[in-house]
Amino acid sequence: MNHSSLPHASRRDVLKTSAAGAAIASSGGAIGAATAAPLAEAAPPRAKVSFKVNGKGQNLELDTRTTLLDALREHLHLTGSKKGCDHGQCGACTVIVNGRRINSCLSLAVMHEGDEVTTIEGLGSPDNLHPMQAAFVKHDGYQCGYCTPGQICSAVSVLEEIHAGVPSHVTQDIAAGPPITVEEMRERMSGNICRCGAYSNIAEAMAEVAGIKA
Amino acid sequence: MKPFTYERAKSPQEAAAKAAAKPGAKFIAGGTNLLDLMKLQIETPTHLIDVNDLGLDKIEEADGGLRIGALVLNTDLAADQRVRKDYGVLSRALLAGASGQLRNKATTAGNLLQRTRCPYFYDTNLPCNKRKPGSGCGALGGYSRQLAVIGTSDACIATHPSDMAVAMRVLDAQVETIDPKGAKRSIPIADFHRLPGDTPQVETALAPGEFITAVTLPAPVGGRHIYRKVRDRASYAFALISVAAVVQEDGSGAIAVGGVAHKPWRVAAADAALVNGAKAASGQLLAGAKTRPDNAFKVPLVERTIAAALAEAKA
Repeated sequence: MNHSSLPHASRRDVLKTSAAGAAIASSGGAIGAATAAPLAEAAPPRAKVSFKVNGKGQNLELDTRTTLLDALREHLHLTGSKKGCDHGQCGACTVIVNGRRINSCLSLAVMHEGDEVTTIEGLGSPDNLHPMQAAFVKHDGYQCGYCTPGQICSAVSVLEEIHAGVPSHVTQDIAAGPPITVEEMRERMSGNICRCGAYSNIAEAMAEVAGIKA
Repeated sequence: MKPFTYERAKSPQEAAAKAAAKPGAKFIAGGTNLLDLMKLQIETPTHLIDVNDLGLDKIEEADGGLRIGALVLNTDLAADQRVRKDYGVLSRALLAGASGQLRNKATTAGNLLQRTRCPYFYDTNLPCNKRKPGSGCGALGGYSRQLAVIGTSDACIATHPSDMAVAMRVLDAQVETIDPKGAKRSIPIADFHRLPGDTPQVETALAPGEFITAVTLPAPVGGRHIYRKVRDRASYAFALISVAAVVQEDGSGAIAVGGVAHKPWRVAAADAALVNGAKAASGQLLAGAKTRPDNAFKVPLVERTIAAALAEAKA
């Protein structure tokens, strides 16, 4: 069998193609519905929004219901950020907005006018890894990898939060501020679930980047 | 989610007027609870009024205390040096709640207005008087481990999920609002959340369209500030019960308890009994408690957690 005759299709390309297919199917459905239903039901309200993603300006016109996560994945094809629970419980969708980590699934895209969004794609690239990405690779901070982009975005922000003096639930003296310890990192990472259970390796990766012993 | 139109409000009064004028309109700030509920079609607003650009994100000194803007983020409130120094119980309570990501989006007013996490409120296949008035309460004969033991009614045994609000209750906070006509008022936190009674769907004292602009804290009262939360996981879980305590050197003080009622629970007689120890205080606090087999453990747990808080205060 001559494999070279098969067109090369990455998983990302397949996702893009199937998303386009879904868009055609749904617009066909909307046209059909328009003949039978009132206009308001056929055309859900849309709104324009402009924000920067990984340093690049983006102008979108979206169904108002579109979450920031869906805008990133389905409209900008940045599929690094993952949809796990879609309810803010698992952290797989974590991105950094204006320097703070948030659950992109629990935020409407149209509410991010003028914001600066950083996703896993903006932290580093395969040829030029962010130190946290390199540390996750070195310490085997993942198994299946699905939660990893959210874990890494969160981990980068956690170290910044500790350096900025933001206290946590485990900070002994909240008036003084938090020490850089593994205990502090573990508490702050509780919004990122890993069902493979790579937690101890994630903690080691973070400790290395923070310059402490795990 | 059901379709909705969206706009950004330009002033608090305009936001209030628009919310009152448009049926199906809701304010949105952080959105961390509202969007969760909209995805499940438990909340189905037809119009969202974004209130993030109103300049209500500052913490100012006022009347010897603090005035916390409605849009101050949970992270920023917990990290504020004045709060950490003089209202430690509030920082502690905020940091015991949610996750870092959620605290970076959740706001002060939104935290007060969050809905219950009762599983029967969340499951649209089951009856719930809060979600669908008059449909009945699935929790009454159901699984009630997380649910309320005091101040309940035959219509609802849901708990209020906030940690922040329990600390604000022990600190005697006030909720400042503006109504659609521009009239302002200040509601004591004790009167802000309601007990369920026959109308569990009405959760606060707010009138239609009335908009929260700030929460104020009175001048610092000193003492040891303690927040103890008991939950099924060490982090990122709702409270089974929680105790917010401000204890003075002579053993007097104030306590409020979370996870036991439809609102943060505080009783004057329990504050007065605090000098006599945890048993006396919790007896006053939970007098008349109505437990179920699944949540009867909450009564002794409150007493023991108050005991732990008092021990911490002495240490």
